[in-house]
Amino acid sequence: MGDIIDAENAFKVRLSIRTALGDKAYAWDTNEEYLFKAMVAFSMRKVPNRETTEISHVLLCNVTQRVSFWFVVTDPSRNHTLPAVEVQSAIRMNRNRINNAFFLNDQTLEFLRIPSTLAPPTDPSVPIWIIIFGVIFCIVLVATMLLILSGIQQHRRKHKGPSEMEDTEDKCENVITIENGIPCDPLDMKGGHINDAFVTEDERLTPL
Amino acid sequence: MEKTRPLWATPLQFVFACISYAVGLGNVWRFPYLCQMYGGGSFLVPYIIMLVVEGMPLLYLELAVGQRMRQGSIGAWRTVSPYLSGVGVASVVVSFFLCTYYNVINAWAFWYLFHSFQDPLPWSVCPLNGNRTGYVEECEKASSTQYFWYRKTLNISPSIQESGAVQWEPALCLVLAWLVVYLCILRGTESTGKVVYFTALLPYCVLFIYLVRGLTLHGATNGLLYMFTPKMEQLANPKAWINAATQIFFSLGLGFGSLIAFASYNEPSNNCQKHAIIVSIINSSTSIFASIVTFSIYGFKATFNYESCLNKVILLLTNSFDLEDGFLTANNLEQVKDYLASAYPSKYSEVFPQIKNCSLESELETAVQGTGLAFIVYTEAIKNMKVSQLWSVLYFFMLLLLGIGSMLGNTAAILTPLTDSKVISSYLPKEAISGLVCLANCAIGMLFTMKAGSYWFDIFNDYAATLSLLLIVLVETVAVCYLYGLSRFESDLKAMTGHALNWYWKAMWGGVSPLLIISLFIFYLSDYIITGTLQYQAWDAAQGQLVTKDYPPHALAVIGLLVASSIMCIPLVALGTLITRRLRRGDPDPAPVA
Repeated sequence: MGDIIDAENAFKVRLSIRTALGDKAYAWDTNEEYLFKAMVAFSMRKVPNRETTEISHVLLCNVTQRVSFWFVVTDPSRNHTLPAVEVQSAIRMNRNRINNAFFLNDQTLEFLRIPSTLAPPTDPSVPIWIIIFGVIFCIVLVATMLLILSGIQQHRRKHKGPSEMEDTEDKCENVITIENGIPCDPLDMKGGHINDAFVTEDERLTPL
Repeated sequence: MEKTRPLWATPLQFVFACISYAVGLGNVWRFPYLCQMYGGGSFLVPYIIMLVVEGMPLLYLELAVGQRMRQGSIGAWRTVSPYLSGVGVASVVVSFFLCTYYNVINAWAFWYLFHSFQDPLPWSVCPLNGNRTGYVEECEKASSTQYFWYRKTLNISPSIQESGAVQWEPALCLVLAWLVVYLCILRGTESTGKVVYFTALLPYCVLFIYLVRGLTLHGATNGLLYMFTPKMEQLANPKAWINAATQIFFSLGLGFGSLIAFASYNEPSNNCQKHAIIVSIINSSTSIFASIVTFSIYGFKATFNYESCLNKVILLLTNSFDLEDGFLTANNLEQVKDYLASAYPSKYSEVFPQIKNCSLESELETAVQGTGLAFIVYTEAIKNMKVSQLWSVLYFFMLLLLGIGSMLGNTAAILTPLTDSKVISSYLPKEAISGLVCLANCAIGMLFTMKAGSYWFDIFNDYAATLSLLLIVLVETVAVCYLYGLSRFESDLKAMTGHALNWYWKAMWGGVSPLLIISLFIFYLSDYIITGTLQYQAWDAAQGQLVTKDYPPHALAVIGLLVASSIMCIPLVALGTLITRRLRRGDPDPAPVA
C-alpha cells in the first residue's frame, strides 16, 4: 500500500482507547482491525453504486502504538481507490454506528480530514428562561397588586374614621362659640383684619 | 394632625437592615481582588486598622445623626445647619445614580438565574456555527463563559460610541428587578423590615454551603495557600493602605444617606453605638468569609485550567509522535519531552511552538474583580462542578439577595427625604412616591440594557459615587464636629441613649477620620489628574478579548457631569439658603417659615 499511502484518497484514523475506557480498555489487535474494515465496508455499501464493497477492499497500513493507522478503500478491480469525497460522506453518515462498535466517541475515534457533524443543542420551542421569567414575574406582580390594594383599603378606613371625628369637633366649636354667649362671628377668627361692615353674604359663607 | 414616624418593629430589624445594606456585592467581588493584589494575608493588617480607625467611627456618626434628627438625609442636615441641607441633597443625587445602575446587576443576576435551569448550562458549551462543523468563531477565540456574558447577555458593541438598540431580554429582567424592589419597599419599614430577615440571613446560608463545597473541591487548597500567604513587603506599598481605606469606606455605604434613613426609624433610646460596632464587624467578617470561598473557587478553576492545559500538551505530543495512548502523564511529561527533543530533534522543533508552558502560578495570578469575577470566573468554575445547575442557582440566588438587600438601603436613601417632605407627602401616598421613583429609575436604567450599556455601567460604577461620597462624608464629619458642635452632639446623644460618648469616638470624629478622608480625596484627585485621559476596556469580538480604548469626549463630559452634579449641590444649596435668608431679612412682612 506504500504507493497509495500518500494518495489523497487515504485517511488517517486515530484511536484513544485508554482515554475513553480507562481500565476497561481493550487491546488493539488484528481482530479489531477486521471489525474496523467491516464497519468501513458497511458504510460504503450504503452509498448508491457501491453496494458491492467487500471487507477485502478496505486496506489498512502503518498501524502504530498510538493507536493510529491509514486506510483506503479500493474498487472491486483493486486498481483504483475510491474518491475521498465518497468515503468522507459515507463515514459521516454512519459515524455513530462506527463509534458505537468500538465504545468510542467522536473525540476518541478520530478520522483526520473527516469533520464530524456536531450534535445540535436541543432547542425547545419556547426558551426555558422565558417560562421561569414569566412565572416569577406574575407572582411578583400579583403580590405587588395585593399589597397596593390592601394599602388603599387601609387608607379608606383611616379616612372614614378621622373625618367622622372632624365633624363632631366642628359641632363642638360651633356649640362653644354660641354657648359663650358672645355671638362670635366665624370671620373674627381671621384676626380682625376684615371690617364686618364691608362683608357680603357670599364672603361670610366662604369656607375657610 | 401629626403622623407618627413609622418605626422598626424590633431593633433586630434595624440591625438586619444595616447588615443587608452594607453586605453587598462589593464584599464578594471587590475584597477578594484587593486581597489578592495587595499581599494576600498581609492585606488584612491595613484592612482591620482602617476598619477600627475609619469604618466604625464614621458608621456610628451616621447612625447617631439619623437617630437623633429622626429625618432623612435632607431634613437631618437641615436641622444641623440650614446651610447644609445641600449635603442631604447631594446624598440623594448620588443615591439616585447608584439606584439606577446598581439594579442592572440584579437584572443580570436574574438573567443568569433563569438560564441556570438548563442542561447543559448555556455558558458551558459554545453554540455551533452555520454549517454545524464547528463552533462560533467568537466563542472559539474567547471561552464559552466569556461568549455567553459578552454576546448573549450584554450583546456588547465594540465601543462606547456605537450604542445600538435596547436589548429586550435584559430590559425585561430589569423591569422584573425593579418590580421586586418596589414590592419590598412598597410599605416602607413595614415591608422592608420583614424582607431584611431574608436578605440578611440567607446569603450566609448560601455562603456556608459554598464554603463546604469550595473547600472540598479538587485544587481548592492551591488557591487558598497562594492567596493567603502573606507578602509582607506589600505593607510598605501606600496603595495597599489607600485601597484598604477606600474599601472600608465604600463597603459600609457611608454618605449615601441610607444609614441616616434607616437610623431615623429607630427609637430614640436605641443603642446605636453597639449596633455600629456590630454591623461594621459583621461586614468585614463577611468580606473575609467570602474571600475564603472565592479563593477556594479560584484554586479549583486554576487547577482545572492547568490540568486541561497539560492534557492538551500531552495530546499534542502523543499525536505528533504516535506514542502509546496513556503513556504520557503529567508526571513524566518533562522527561519524555527531553527524550523526544534529543531523539527526534527536527520533528520536535516543528511541534515546539505549539507547546504551551502550563503554569499553575500564572493561572492563579489572573486577578479579576467586579462583574468579570461574578459572571465569568465564577460561572466558569461552576460549570465544571458536579450538579452544576444546583450550584449555579444557589450562587445567583445569593447574588440577588445581596443585591436586593443593598437596593433596599439605596432606595430608602431617596424615599425617606421625599416622604419626610410635607409638600410631596401631602399630595401622594408613599406607595405612589415609591412607584414613581422606581419607574423613573427603571426608565433611565434602560440605558444600560443597550448594546453599549456595559460601558456606561462601568462609567457610573467608577465615577458616579467615588469622589462625591468622600466629599459628602468629609463635610458631614466637619459639620457635626465643628458646626453643630461636638459637645452639643455629645449631650444630645447622652440625653437620647443614656450612654456617655467614649473619648475614642470624639478623637476619631474630630481629628483622625477627617484627615484620612482628606488624604483619600487628594489621592483620588491626583490619580485622575496624573493618568490623563481616562480609558476603558472594550470587547473585541474578532479577537475574542478585551482591548483598551480612550473615552470619547461626550463620555468624558458625562463623567464630569456625574461628579459635578452631586458635589455642586453642597455649595449651591448653601448659597441658595444664604440668598433666600438675605431676601427674607430685607422683606418687612415676614412670610411664614416652611
